[in-house]
Amino acid sequence: MNERDIVVPGEKIASGMDYLPGNGTFREGEDIYSSQLGLVGVNGRFVKVIPLTGKYIPREGDIVVGKVVDVGFGMWNVDIGSAYSAILNMRETSEFIDRGADLSHYYDFNDVVIAQVTKVVRYKDVNLTMKGQGLRKVKGGKIIDVTPSKVPRIIGKQGSMIKMIKEGTGCNIVVGQNGKVWIKGERIEDEVKATEVILKIEQESHTQGLTDTIKNILEGKGK
Amino acid sequence: MSYTKRDDGRKFDELRKIKAKVGVVKRADGSAMFQMGDTIAIASVYGPRELHPRFLQNPERGVLRCNYDMASFSVTERKKPGPSRRSTEISLVTEKALASVIDLDLFPNTVIDVFIEIIQANAGTRCAGISAAAMALAHAGIPMRDMVAAVSVGKVGDKIVLDLDKEEEDFEEGATDIPVAMTARKREITLLQLDGEVTKDELMEAIKMARKGCEEIHKIQVKTLKEIYKNG
Repeated sequence: MNERDIVVPGEKIASGMDYLPGNGTFREGEDIYSSQLGLVGVNGRFVKVIPLTGKYIPREGDIVVGKVVDVGFGMWNVDIGSAYSAILNMRETSEFIDRGADLSHYYDFNDVVIAQVTKVVRYKDVNLTMKGQGLRKVKGGKIIDVTPSKVPRIIGKQGSMIKMIKEGTGCNIVVGQNGKVWIKGERIEDEVKATEVILKIEQESHTQGLTDTIKNILEGKGK
Repeated sequence: MSYTKRDDGRKFDELRKIKAKVGVVKRADGSAMFQMGDTIAIASVYGPRELHPRFLQNPERGVLRCNYDMASFSVTERKKPGPSRRSTEISLVTEKALASVIDLDLFPNTVIDVFIEIIQANAGTRCAGISAAAMALAHAGIPMRDMVAAVSVGKVGDKIVLDLDKEEEDFEEGATDIPVAMTARKREITLLQLDGEVTKDELMEAIKMARKGCEEIHKIQVKTLKEIYKNG
């Protein structure tokens, strides 16, 4: 077993009781097998598989970009790209809402919101909040989808990569942990460029020296 | 009279030429193309996603929904488009061949949709479909206990052969077609159908041959899946 090996479902990763199965793996008898297509990760005694594809699995505290898909009584349903839609309660908004008020006045169908995950019960029941810094409804711009497991690479160490893209294109960009990226620029060309760059990072996320490649693209040098 | 030599010059236990590709359908969560000789299947996976209408939801485990369809231009004589008695049956057996390896209990109230489209048919379409679907499911990141590979075996004349093509299936002295799907790790049979006549011994021999074929197919599936992330 090697760290960062690519494994497919049903592939044996480790044998013996010295290891414990983590996310994306399962134990059968003595051996630990992968249950997903991804990279092997070892953390102490824990063996896990970091998925390379798949739906977003919500975690508490994540900042996500979502779209309002339903306006209900006292709450909104927000599509965050996971298997289940998330719930945004009326009380979790940043402004005061009167009882019986028309909720679509605040967030309507197809509105894009930047929200934070507050509570997750077994992937299923996901609660969101709009209370917090930078959490808001956004207007205009576009949303692109990337694989959730590649989000850390797009953000970079301490936000270095995303900062570079923002400065290079002059766009306003929000990267949700759910793999939805909101981009808004002054001109449409800026948005196109930011999109291109982000999709390139997603494609080549596992290569070395990506920061330099991206820097060159942003400065208009080579491809 | 007996069947001494295969028309396309293959050995009796040799598969047709296989080509596989992952990520062929852009908008799907996972997709794969699987080609065996002149049979081409494209599988696309969507989900897990919420299932509507709600009465179809299962609060204990997710639902797997397979849909097998042949394109009207996939066969020599134009096939009337739309579901038929045959495609409904194949959808059902495909679903059962795949359901046992997927961790459906992780996603209650949801559905995983698998669409299998045969764009070119030359016997063994359901097997190509299952092999493609297994790859597409892995590509969609769905937790699975195992991979599934499928191949058809059969008796042409008096010979047991692997991976029949259309000509062999229509062999004038009679041919038996046995599609087999198998899990890769535990080698459990998840699909076994039989059209024709065989003795018990012949069937056992055929299954043995299918096992070998499935192993080969599994190797190609694994190689193709790993290749997406290797280069570049």
